[in-house]
Amino acid sequence: MATVLNVQNLSKNFGGLRALNEVDMRIDSGEIVALIGPNGAGKTTFFNCITSIYTPTEGEVRFTPKSGTESRINGMKPNLVTGLGMSRTFQNIRLFKNMTVLENVMIARHCRTKGGILGALLRTPAIRKEEQEIVDRSYELLKYIGLHRYYNDLACNLPYGEQRRLEIARALATEPSLLLLDEPAAGMNPQETASLKQLVLRIRDELDMAILLIEHDMSMVMSLSERIYVMEYGCMIAHGTPDEISKDPRVIKAYLGEDHA
Amino acid sequence: MQELTKSLKVSLWFMFLTFPLMVVRVNTIEHTVEWRWMNMVYMAVGSFALSFVWRWALRRKEMAKAAPERPRNAFTERLGSDKRFTVSVYGGLFALFALMPWIVSTYQTNIFISFMLYVILGLGLNIIVGVAGLLFLGHAAFYGIGAYTYALLNHYYGIGFWTALPIGGVVAALAGVVLAFPVLRLRGDYLAIVTLGFGEIVRLVLENWSDLTGGPSGVSNISRPDLFGHHLSVAGANTYVYYIVLVMAIVTIIAVQRLKDSRIGRALQALREDEIACQAMGIDRVNVKLMAFGLGTAWAGFAGVIFAAKTTFINPASFTFFESAIILSIVVLGGMGSNLGVILGSAFLVLMPEYLRAFSEYRMILFAMAMVLMMIFRPQGLIAPKGRKYIINDPDLAATEGGKA
Repeated sequence: MATVLNVQNLSKNFGGLRALNEVDMRIDSGEIVALIGPNGAGKTTFFNCITSIYTPTEGEVRFTPKSGTESRINGMKPNLVTGLGMSRTFQNIRLFKNMTVLENVMIARHCRTKGGILGALLRTPAIRKEEQEIVDRSYELLKYIGLHRYYNDLACNLPYGEQRRLEIARALATEPSLLLLDEPAAGMNPQETASLKQLVLRIRDELDMAILLIEHDMSMVMSLSERIYVMEYGCMIAHGTPDEISKDPRVIKAYLGEDHA
Repeated sequence: MQELTKSLKVSLWFMFLTFPLMVVRVNTIEHTVEWRWMNMVYMAVGSFALSFVWRWALRRKEMAKAAPERPRNAFTERLGSDKRFTVSVYGGLFALFALMPWIVSTYQTNIFISFMLYVILGLGLNIIVGVAGLLFLGHAAFYGIGAYTYALLNHYYGIGFWTALPIGGVVAALAGVVLAFPVLRLRGDYLAIVTLGFGEIVRLVLENWSDLTGGPSGVSNISRPDLFGHHLSVAGANTYVYYIVLVMAIVTIIAVQRLKDSRIGRALQALREDEIACQAMGIDRVNVKLMAFGLGTAWAGFAGVIFAAKTTFINPASFTFFESAIILSIVVLGGMGSNLGVILGSAFLVLMPEYLRAFSEYRMILFAMAMVLMMIFRPQGLIAPKGRKYIINDPDLAATEGGKA
């Protein structure tokens, strides 16, 4: 299996604070990998570093899109990273709140389309065709996720669980090879979590992409992921299959404290 | 009872506030003080009554908020959907405006020229403030840059209006992009302060670079636009400028509307909503911000060139911060992000003062009152931006929506 993401010795300092310390990670195509750890372990910082929202202090982030060659992406502009084929959702939902559900997804088609200022002013047939394609493709994705009946509502009026799903739809619209989900099940009830789990599996199988997720819902992590990485205090303390992780003494110590180890 | 005490307090407060202004009059010649107690009574009764109206209006606003989905204004709704209605309304408006200079006096024509100049300026600023959400207080500077581009090119090189029009737009757009570079990282209040400063810098440069710009005395004898090489009389040229600005305003309305509905316009809106998410979705933040400034200020440049051609004399006093504030008020009052709103806003702010000359002493008070009332009762502006309608090809959806209706 081909490697999609290869992270080596990744470190990030905020002034004197080392938020990430020599972290390694490898994700193969078609894999579902989970990243877990106590609050403040540096999971979201790790996400921000590999999507280039932060520039890593040290280390290598190498990314290989579905059809393409490996490239080093640390320090690249975030929009170019998205263009390469890495897309993410946010822990605290960051939708475009005052735009409609459909428009939210349409914006994500930006990096796959080209229409410029002149085209917009003259509204040439090519541009009109492209616009309609954006609408159609976005609507198709909404249907896939199951949000099409809300397409004309403002994003901020959606129920919380649906907002999380819309974030996923938006991320999918950029046609990623690797999808990063930052706590997708946070604040969801058990039914919503269950349907989210189905959705993640369906995305992986039908759209053929690798998925890396940060999650605190252990039952979801254990049943969904093929491999798990565990972080604590900015370091990767363990990695392995769900079975291995649930028995690992360091992980138990990190989560439950010294006495239980 | 509670209402009564409330209103009583209000009227007492107003009596106190207006006491020095309305009641006491010092006669400095005879060294006597005149007490106009009747004024105080009027004030008390007036504010007592108005406070009831005020509370009623506030309650009505609360009710409107609680009631879900009031039916939309029938006129605007029909304007959007009924094609024949739309065509006839716009056609009628166009005919009215096209015939205007033949119906009304030159003075009135001039008022309408300045109204349409403000429409162009407001629409340009609407791209920056309304669509991209960047608070921009230096729009008049770019208006000035456009005007001076034509004035100086005409003065030194004898370049005509039609050549200068695109040059003025391009120069203003470039100046906008140049300003955008240092402010890329700024948002909100900080951005407002920097753009305010930039506006003042431009004005001060124009005022002090006397060798080039003529300093505070400005540039005079700028050529009026030619009609295919023919020179026109003053009145004729005025009518001609009217048509130029009418066409330009229509071009601006169409262009800005198209930009707003395009891929670029969506990117600008995304930038307004959330900068980080916008980048994560593959939009180049720097590029889009530069575009927002360039696209917005270009229209100010065009308006400036037309302004210089209309007045044939410009000086830096026409491009002060007050001008920027007026243009911003047009956008905010009309409705941020709504083009129709901007047109109504400039009609309100430019035409009203002209036709209410009788109240010209109270103009600033009325202006301030309109702004305050607007922010309380309709913070979204006269016309809230309307979402675009998309064509969805989905038989299931059509079925469900048909079932609902």
